[in-house]
Amino acid sequence: MLFIVILFPIITTLLFGVSFGAIGGEQATSYKIGTVEAESSGPFPQWSQHFIGNLSDTEILEIQMYPTNESAQSDLIQGGIQAVVILPENFGQSCNSFWNAPTNPSLWINTTVQLYLDSGSMFATQAIPPIIQQVLAKTIYGVQPTSLSGPIEIGSPSMVHASKLTVFDYWVPGLFAFFAIFLIMTVAQSFTFEREKGLIRRINTTPTSPTEFMTSKAISNVLIALIQVALVFVTTFVVGYRPIVDAASFIFAFIILSIFSLCCVGFGLIAATVAKSSGAATGIAFIFIMPQMFLGTYVSLGMSDIVQAAGKFVPSYYVTDALTSLFLRGAPILSATILLDALAVLIYSVAVLALGIVLFGKYGKA
Amino acid sequence: MQEGGIIIDKLTKEFEDVTAVDGLSLEVDKGELFGLLGPNGAGKTTTINVLCGLLEPTSGSVRVAGYDVQKHGNLVRQLIGVSTQETAVYPHLTGKENIELFGNLHAMPKEKLKRNVDELLREMSLLDDSGRRVGKYSGGMMRRINLAIALVHDPEIAFLDEPTVGMDPQSRRAVWGFIRRLKKLGKTVILTTQYMEEAEELCERVAIIDHGKLIALGAPRELKDKFNAKNLEEVFIQLTGRRIRE
Repeated sequence: MLFIVILFPIITTLLFGVSFGAIGGEQATSYKIGTVEAESSGPFPQWSQHFIGNLSDTEILEIQMYPTNESAQSDLIQGGIQAVVILPENFGQSCNSFWNAPTNPSLWINTTVQLYLDSGSMFATQAIPPIIQQVLAKTIYGVQPTSLSGPIEIGSPSMVHASKLTVFDYWVPGLFAFFAIFLIMTVAQSFTFEREKGLIRRINTTPTSPTEFMTSKAISNVLIALIQVALVFVTTFVVGYRPIVDAASFIFAFIILSIFSLCCVGFGLIAATVAKSSGAATGIAFIFIMPQMFLGTYVSLGMSDIVQAAGKFVPSYYVTDALTSLFLRGAPILSATILLDALAVLIYSVAVLALGIVLFGKYGKA
Repeated sequence: MQEGGIIIDKLTKEFEDVTAVDGLSLEVDKGELFGLLGPNGAGKTTTINVLCGLLEPTSGSVRVAGYDVQKHGNLVRQLIGVSTQETAVYPHLTGKENIELFGNLHAMPKEKLKRNVDELLREMSLLDDSGRRVGKYSGGMMRRINLAIALVHDPEIAFLDEPTVGMDPQSRRAVWGFIRRLKKLGKTVILTTQYMEEAEELCERVAIIDHGKLIALGAPRELKDKFNAKNLEEVFIQLTGRRIRE
């Protein structure tokens, strides 16, 4: 009761403030973009160099050069960069043709700069295209024009897909972890209730070992997590969510959420060890729930870089990151990002579950 | 001492600031219905908890059916059934589900479990209420379910920690009848109670405990004769100068 009445409003307000503005909120957002020059040995290389230099000068873009489109795309679908700009072979020629005859379109050599965007980032898909447009205009004209009329257009194949995504589509990968973390509360309440009622003591007088008891609890919570995942999939499908993924991706989602549920069981056990009553267990469970909710689920979308970096310390971040790469970016299951995310979740889950079992076994059963 | 009995040898259990059991020694024969009688805080429940393996003795030893409880806890837990002092049941499960759950924790075969559950519900007069959630039961009904859970797996040895506390006289007598049937089936029963009439009615022998120490041991009749008392309450008063339940 004390937690709900006093601590919960204070902690929630602090977390909202820190996450959405107070710390790191004044920092300028920056986006990492990769550039690929198809024109490595053309007659007018200075234009592509000029264009890339102008991109760097914006200070909002961090430029990373890639030798091939494949290597850039690989980083893009794994979330390492937010966009890929591909300068075509005749980019310099096109710019030069405009410079030589700015008022005679019949002498221009037309070309297209390809722009691929991170479909996992709502902010990248909105912020980057106009920046590229402005830099391109500045490169060609030398000043900021009010409209672009020239030989070069920006082609954005991935924009077609990204422009159809709604805000909800960006949220969905984080929803799975969001609901799973509340298992911490149910596990904490359940164990504390059984301890209060003398049920754990009673079970300890039967041949059922503590290992079997804990295993049964873990399995039942994994099943709950699986049911939740299925329910979220069905419900999001009903409201129109259609990720472009295969069956293996769905199976992966079930697997990673199952592993993550074990982590939640561990946190629940730790909370139950400390709590003196099932009411107190609810409050203590929120100490583990809220950082994960704010830093590692859909709630963390749009937060400052510092807060996003802090998210890497909570296991739910890796679940959300993996599902974002899978469902929004279309990364393959065996890509490095997803495998590393899965590994991080596994390590967290094993460590936290083991810690919870040891602590509860030693201090929580009485 | 027959194999299958209980031996408590100089058992002492200390907590931070209190000695709950102090050098207790006694033996219970196989098939005996034995009582631990004493006031609140005498050490009865602590003794039961040590016998079940829930607590480690500070010193001394306890053997159940020939097994040292500390070294062979797994084997002991297969032989015992414990009716706890607190009513430890799942309130959101029905009476029948509660008994079945604990029967499954003893890995009982399905057929035997079903048979035992039905029989216990009948004996405890809970058959008609077996489909209701235990959270809706009266206190007396919960105590009876608590007792049934302890016995569903047909244990050789039963530890009944104040099984009739909070029951109305009619229910209490019904439970007494059930406990006597356990005795007839050859079960070894240790019963703790503060009710001297319960100890007199049921127990072949009684150990009177106060402040963790054994202060008297014998058949109720023998103790009353020895102390020239009408009942065990008077025996206790003579030994301690106060009533069992003050």
